[in-house]
Amino acid sequence: MSLTLLLFLILGVLSIASAIVTISSRNPVVSAMALVLHFFMLSGLYLTLQAQFVAVMQILVYAGAIMVLVVFVIMLLNLGDEKKLSEKWNIRRIVAILFAFVLAIQFISIYITNLPDAAFIPESAAFNGTVQAIGTDLFTNYLVQFEAIAVLLLAAIVGALLLAKRKIT
Amino acid sequence: MPLELQLSLPLILILILSIKIVMVDAKFGNNKTLGFVTALAGFIVVFISAAFTLTISPEAIASLNAEELYSKGTITYGGFAAYFDMLFCVAAILTILAALPYFQKENSEHNAFYSMMVFAVAGMMLIAHSANLLSLFIGIEIMSISFYVLAGYFRTKEKSIEAALKYFLLGAFATGFLLYGIALIYGATGSLSLPEILTKIAADDFSNTYLTLGIALMLIGLCFKVAAFPFHQWAPDVYTGAPTVVTAFMSTAGKAAALIAFIIVARALFVIDIGQAAEIPDFQTNAIMIIAIISAATMLIGNITALVQKNIKRMLAYSSVAHAGYLLMGIVANSPQGWEGIIFYATAYLFMQIGAFIVLSVLERKTDKNLDLDDYSGISKSHPFLAAIMAIFMFSLAGIPPFAGFFGKFLLFTAAIDAGFTWLTIIAVISSMISVYFYIGLIVYMYFRKSNTYPLEADMGSAKVTLIISTACVVILGIFPSLIINLINNFF
Repeated sequence: MSLTLLLFLILGVLSIASAIVTISSRNPVVSAMALVLHFFMLSGLYLTLQAQFVAVMQILVYAGAIMVLVVFVIMLLNLGDEKKLSEKWNIRRIVAILFAFVLAIQFISIYITNLPDAAFIPESAAFNGTVQAIGTDLFTNYLVQFEAIAVLLLAAIVGALLLAKRKIT
Repeated sequence: MPLELQLSLPLILILILSIKIVMVDAKFGNNKTLGFVTALAGFIVVFISAAFTLTISPEAIASLNAEELYSKGTITYGGFAAYFDMLFCVAAILTILAALPYFQKENSEHNAFYSMMVFAVAGMMLIAHSANLLSLFIGIEIMSISFYVLAGYFRTKEKSIEAALKYFLLGAFATGFLLYGIALIYGATGSLSLPEILTKIAADDFSNTYLTLGIALMLIGLCFKVAAFPFHQWAPDVYTGAPTVVTAFMSTAGKAAALIAFIIVARALFVIDIGQAAEIPDFQTNAIMIIAIISAATMLIGNITALVQKNIKRMLAYSSVAHAGYLLMGIVANSPQGWEGIIFYATAYLFMQIGAFIVLSVLERKTDKNLDLDDYSGISKSHPFLAAIMAIFMFSLAGIPPFAGFFGKFLLFTAAIDAGFTWLTIIAVISSMISVYFYIGLIVYMYFRKSNTYPLEADMGSAKVTLIISTACVVILGIFPSLIINLINNFF
């Protein structure tokens, strides 16, 4: 077993486990901390794919900035023990889990009947994730998309302000 | 002017407009009509520039070398992209003309509304222009985020907030599927560029497993955006809860944008020229069969559920689900003929559905009054004009000649038959028959029932322009469909 595969298995299992803890935990702080762990595991996975820049950004932006906001919101909401979220088992939940299993079985069956060619690596997918490589791509090949992202962010900001501002009467 | 600049003029202008309108809102927020005027003028300018790019010959566009362009071949110019630019601008113009009196009636401030409309149109235009999965995704996101906000525009109304939240949560979930699909397709072919993916699939140079998974996941994301059968649950609630003018725009232009995304993806992933590939790959036959089943289920479910609705807005919302089913028949046909059918039907559908929703918005009163079938009893006496054009829209939606809806359905049905999907066409005809019941039912209420309530008030204002334009287009496209058919014939 190669080191890359071993790393992938450890990181993958941990990231899935922490994601499950995030959505199943009754305590919001535990959920938030599990999410931080999940982000770190993801950035580890990016590193195994030689995407250093994305890995660093993952930690800085998600684990750093966004999670601080999430934890602050949890603190300001001041959720006490009695307000811990609770959810009952109902038919909807059972059906949802059933469908998730069906989806998983479908995925697995596609893999089993149709094993991917291990040696198949498309040429341009062999990619060097340095800042320089990403910068060059972003400002030459994907320049239009880079500009379009500006409109996406502007729309998100204006929309958030619009929904959050108080009604003026 | 260099050719690329001329061709990308509509995109550049809409980006400038989207920044300008935010600044106008920030600087002159107190002026009630300046936002409206800026948006209207801006959309007209973009429309004209798109019409201008449509006159540039396809040969000149084809002769451009992708590597030398600023867009590096990630953007499609001219052709159907320019046509859809014009269509989205028309939809936006019709909507904001009706929105002005609507928001005055609802006592809602409406400057930010025009900013969100411009953003939504910018996103849709980017979708229509994309030749790359990355621009496609960014376009879909710009459009969706604007729609989430627009659906919750009445932020003091519980139903509007519910619609926005529901749409946002489900939409974000569907976006995850779409993105995962795009990632797997990239992994399978090593490229995000759609023409490159097409050549790789034709040359059998891809990983079958990952491409199959990628297409399946992407199909889920796109089916959510067009509100097709298993993923249509959000549509009735969101379309009913959102402000009526927003529903008019979302359910028409938004659907057309999602359909053009479908066409763009289908053109890259599905081989139509059998001579090009050794044999049609397995995933293609399976995917098309799945889309055919989704299409059949969508139209049946949409029309059957619409039958029992008492609220007209909800009835039209379900009927819009059914129309997504008809439109998907063009994807099933997987031929230029089918895609042209989609474009024609999307055009016709846009005018009739916007018209029908705007009639609702004119008669609607605060707190969602006057939206039930009973409220429309005998309005042909008090509002002969509104009743007459509503009848035209209903006939057209039901697909009765000589209105535009008939020719749209005709083109789609023949395309499906030519592709060997006769069973799908039979289901489509059956579900059209079912839909006649509730479309004509509304006409019966309007014309043949005694008015049992006090007469409704209607103050149309500039919405009258919208209604007249929509009616004119529905009738003209029904009598002279060749006007559009000749134009779209050389797109594919």
